[in-house]
Amino acid sequence: MSAVKVFVPRDSAALAVGADEVAAALQQEAAARGSAVVVVRNSSRGMFWLETLVEVETPNGRVAYGPVEPQDVPALLDAGMLQGAAHPLCHGLTQNIPYLAKQERLTFARMGVTAPLSLHDYEAHEGWVGLKRALTLDGAAIVQNITDSGLRGRGGAAFPAGIKWRTVLNAAGAQKYLVCNADEGDSGTYSDRMTMEGDPFMLIEGMAIAGIAVGATQGYIYIRSEYPHAISTMQEAIALATEAGYLGANLCGSGKTFNLEVRKAAGSYVCGEETAMLESIEGKRGVVRAKPPLPALEGLFGLPTVINNVITLASVPIIMAKGAQFYKDFGVGRSHGTLPFQLAGNIKHGGLVEKAFGLTLRELLFDFGGGSRSGRPIKAVQVGGPLGAYVPESQWDLPLDYEAYAAVGAVVGHGGIVVHDDTANLAKLARYAMEFCALESCGKCTPCRIGSTRGVEVIDRITAPANAKHPKEQQVEQQVHLLRDLCNTMLSGSLCAMGGMTPYPVLSALNHYPEDFGLEVRTPESA
Amino acid sequence: MTSSPTPASPGPSAQKPSQAHIQGSIQGLIDSHKSVPGGLLPLLHAIQDQLGFIPSEAVGDIAKGLNLSRAEVHGVVTYYHFFRSEAPGKHVVQVCRAEACQACGAEELMALAEKTLGCASHSTTANGAVTLEPVYCLGMCASSPAIQVNDTVHARVTPNKLNQLLRQLETTA
Repeated sequence: MSAVKVFVPRDSAALAVGADEVAAALQQEAAARGSAVVVVRNSSRGMFWLETLVEVETPNGRVAYGPVEPQDVPALLDAGMLQGAAHPLCHGLTQNIPYLAKQERLTFARMGVTAPLSLHDYEAHEGWVGLKRALTLDGAAIVQNITDSGLRGRGGAAFPAGIKWRTVLNAAGAQKYLVCNADEGDSGTYSDRMTMEGDPFMLIEGMAIAGIAVGATQGYIYIRSEYPHAISTMQEAIALATEAGYLGANLCGSGKTFNLEVRKAAGSYVCGEETAMLESIEGKRGVVRAKPPLPALEGLFGLPTVINNVITLASVPIIMAKGAQFYKDFGVGRSHGTLPFQLAGNIKHGGLVEKAFGLTLRELLFDFGGGSRSGRPIKAVQVGGPLGAYVPESQWDLPLDYEAYAAVGAVVGHGGIVVHDDTANLAKLARYAMEFCALESCGKCTPCRIGSTRGVEVIDRITAPANAKHPKEQQVEQQVHLLRDLCNTMLSGSLCAMGGMTPYPVLSALNHYPEDFGLEVRTPESA
Repeated sequence: MTSSPTPASPGPSAQKPSQAHIQGSIQGLIDSHKSVPGGLLPLLHAIQDQLGFIPSEAVGDIAKGLNLSRAEVHGVVTYYHFFRSEAPGKHVVQVCRAEACQACGAEELMALAEKTLGCASHSTTANGAVTLEPVYCLGMCASSPAIQVNDTVHARVTPNKLNQLLRQLETTA
């Protein structure tokens, strides 16, 4: 009898709910029963409410069981899990689980399928195809492919990647750099982390293509210190890829050079801003630089530098492998391709949903997410990270596309979606947004450094109970005026998105949930 | 330099390496990071990995080794939340306070941790056993709320689970 393959994820979100203990229990219990099993530590499918998700390979495909706790293992084995038998925790064939079956996984096609550090798995699942094609083209032709695909920066700013690459390609410089921004500090986002932990060779391939395209021979991946598993997986993957000739001098025998190094961040949120990140890699305080000069012309160590987010670079291999048009055909309007949406917070089925742009928040929240985890009504949804707006129910049917969201003062950003139920107090969350800005501001520009602190104080005055000295009505009206004025100053006067976008959650909370600030509820139209 | 114990500092005093030993190992790390472009952050990480914090007495040596001013090194050490200038407690407990965890009861968890440990956030218990800190996103946002105990992240943390984890720490302090 040959050994049965059993998959137990090694993604840190699986480890955080006991995946290592489940793997150990499986091995121990199977051995005690004389069953031969091979436990493969794969990446996560991104269905986090089912973690630890154990999959068993059967002649019909992989059968899923979850969420599995270590103490469930004996009963699962007794029920015939190794033959794919039924059990209350069994979800049938993994690929038929609606949450997965309804997705359009391009970038995340291998996620949950392969073992992250297996070069064999990566090669067997269309790995390195994009790089090999890129090596047959010159830099300008690769850049043209990226431009034609319509790929825009997935870190949040949505700047066309091809234009950025072309600027660096055409810039003069003895040395050019490529920097991958993996400082994924936004609450509600984890697709970068999943990519680095789950499919590191994809990011390496994307970076190698970008490096060859623009003539950058040195790349850095700036990874936040809160992601130790991502750091160690990327470091191991870089060593393996270098040894196999996919990185380093004479990459794939092409005569071209691309070296890659991981740099560990140190817990500063604002270092996710590209120029603060460059300062940090240079070994300085992560203080934002004024632009111009653009980093594309004077970036890392003053030299031409491409800076892209993890998902932007991870999208490159499939574009090069399947062609620009293939990728461009996904999406709506000027938002081409797919985005890995990340359902987070108070949501029943939290996880990663890769879909073409254009679906609605309502579809994500209910068709995928299954409503709130608490079972209470969903009140507010913050889209695009801590600097994104709180989106009220009246806007849940808008298509998720960069322009449609911008038109209502919201952002799609990185695709992080944090759900709050009706126990949330939006005045408290608005105050938190200001407090977080005050904590994380680099301090270079006044609107962000001082405005955030004043913002906390103004919100406190609005929500403070009335007293004899300050009759509520008059006090509140003045303070709301002040808060809006302050937000306007921050929006227009800040050097970067930290101060410039903190007003998004604050103003959206104030506009859509005035009752939480103790203000009179206006008609929905005026909101 | 004699191998006398380090001057009194916060945290438990047992098994402290000697001053000379610390200085020697820091110098070795400085030498190995001297020629790394932008090597200050990697160096500070290496020092903190080894000692658990970056002693303020080391700032001068680091500055000299990397040809920076003391102000520049001090500025970097104090700018980044991750770097510590003082030794933490024996265990470090971090409770995520970011939005996704707030939506699932993070504030209540932090309050419970403060109560159970008897120390406020950003401080260390009187016996030096546990340092309690907030953290802003551990990337577990689909499995909130999350906490980190030393190097291990725990997701979907309930008040019971938190107390259980804290009790384990107390017994091993």
